[in-house]
Amino acid sequence: MSIRSFLSNRGELAQSSSTRSPIVMSTRIRLARNLAQFPFPGWAKKTQNEEVLGRCLEVTARIPQIKNPTGLRIDELSELERQILFERHLISRELSNEPEGAGVIISKDQSCSIMINEEDHLRIQVIKNGLHLKRTWNFINSIDSAVEESLDYAYSKDLGYLTACPTNVGTGLRASAMLHLPGLVVSGQMEKVVRAVNQLGIAVRGIFGEGSDASGSFFQISNQQTLGESEAEILKRLNSVMATIIEREEDAREKVLEDDRNKIFDKIGRAYGVLKNGHLLSSSEAMNRLSLIRLAIDFGSLAEQSRGLVDRLFIECQPGHIQFNANKEIEPNQRDVLRASYMREAFAKIPEPSFDHFTQ
Amino acid sequence: MAESINCDICSKLATVHLTQIVNGKIHKIDLCETCAKEKGVTDPNGFSLADLLASGVDNDGVDVSHSDLVCSVCGFTPEDYKKLGRLGCPSCYEDLAPMVEPMLAYMHKGVSHIGKKPENTLARVESRSKLTEIEDQLQNAIDEERYEDAAELRDQLLHLSKEEEGFHVH
Repeated sequence: MSIRSFLSNRGELAQSSSTRSPIVMSTRIRLARNLAQFPFPGWAKKTQNEEVLGRCLEVTARIPQIKNPTGLRIDELSELERQILFERHLISRELSNEPEGAGVIISKDQSCSIMINEEDHLRIQVIKNGLHLKRTWNFINSIDSAVEESLDYAYSKDLGYLTACPTNVGTGLRASAMLHLPGLVVSGQMEKVVRAVNQLGIAVRGIFGEGSDASGSFFQISNQQTLGESEAEILKRLNSVMATIIEREEDAREKVLEDDRNKIFDKIGRAYGVLKNGHLLSSSEAMNRLSLIRLAIDFGSLAEQSRGLVDRLFIECQPGHIQFNANKEIEPNQRDVLRASYMREAFAKIPEPSFDHFTQ
Repeated sequence: MAESINCDICSKLATVHLTQIVNGKIHKIDLCETCAKEKGVTDPNGFSLADLLASGVDNDGVDVSHSDLVCSVCGFTPEDYKKLGRLGCPSCYEDLAPMVEPMLAYMHKGVSHIGKKPENTLARVESRSKLTEIEDQLQNAIDEERYEDAAELRDQLLHLSKEEEGFHVH
């Protein structure tokens, strides 16, 4: 399959038919694994990395759990193709920036990818829409076991799976969920939440400082520690922290609707206006406006059917996807024009938000 | 606008502010957009403050003063860790243990692995070490002219290597 036609398939995150939910955009788990007989990629010789890449591509390509996989060498991809895989969360920035001896295997539905020679020899990742920690774990666990049938992993009885960075040793497991928390952002509670969950060994990633709506109010919540706790315990803790955050977000939204509803309705209305009628749209503005549209869906002000489209637009408004859709490389200013036109087209099909049900 | 804070790495205006509490200690980091990107803070795939801390922005808990240590397998030293923020090979964990162990205690919930085991790998490792053991015994038996024992050991060896091959067929 050519890379172009592969990329033309929408990824798991852009599927409109799957189980979607308010607040939780997606669940992701990754496992860090290394081969026993080789130095870690950052310390290995070029020839060793090539050998690892060859063996891993061969083994991962015939794992029954990964249907119709596409195996790619990163050094054979263009900058733009790498950018698209990055925007879809299928490869990391690091893999994209250091292509020598690096590769990736991606399942046809793009819910599973295995990076080869990133920081570790293998970075297995499964990503699903909505909150599905258990299901995601079961799936990745079986992929991991299947790979291990053919490859000897670096493992110690005391320290578990050995990884290049000591922060990942043990289970090698990082589980995360992408949460949409506009209520907590608008009501200024986000920093408090971050401090509270940090104390539980859970990390929150997000860019603060650039105004309260930065990055569309998306936050990634993930476990920080990997040693001294089983996979099940890590997932359980993350799950309960997430349940609390979701509850807080729901409360915050309710409070905003009680205290200051016209302000939030106004923001949503303006976001809709800009997306439907704008002619210049940067990716960060698009993210922030789309975030409000997603909130409008949660409020029942827009049809639930639009959720799949809106979630897809978060990815398709990114610079790489704008250029891919245009089939050429484009300067940033010109991208803003194209992005706006893409949004106008998409929003022509979305009827305007209605807030009548709040006043009845 | 909040008061302006400078990036911990390059001193430009910081726009990314992270706070984490690891084992009761508060760690704060302020970064500019460029350094945040470079350090992978904005990369949803793998950032953790612990990585940043471990790579030397904040050296608490990371002791790289063990200058006499070197990995017997890959030649990696604590000095290399200071530069790379990562280890050289799986054996580094054992050979550089005096440096690594305090870091693990600092970063993680415990210092012993609980959880999944790579069952196939462990089975293969065990079968290989058994193979070596019997080969040694066989050599001894031959050296000591215990030919009946040697024949029996040779049969065991044949049997085991067939099993070992079986692992690779799957």
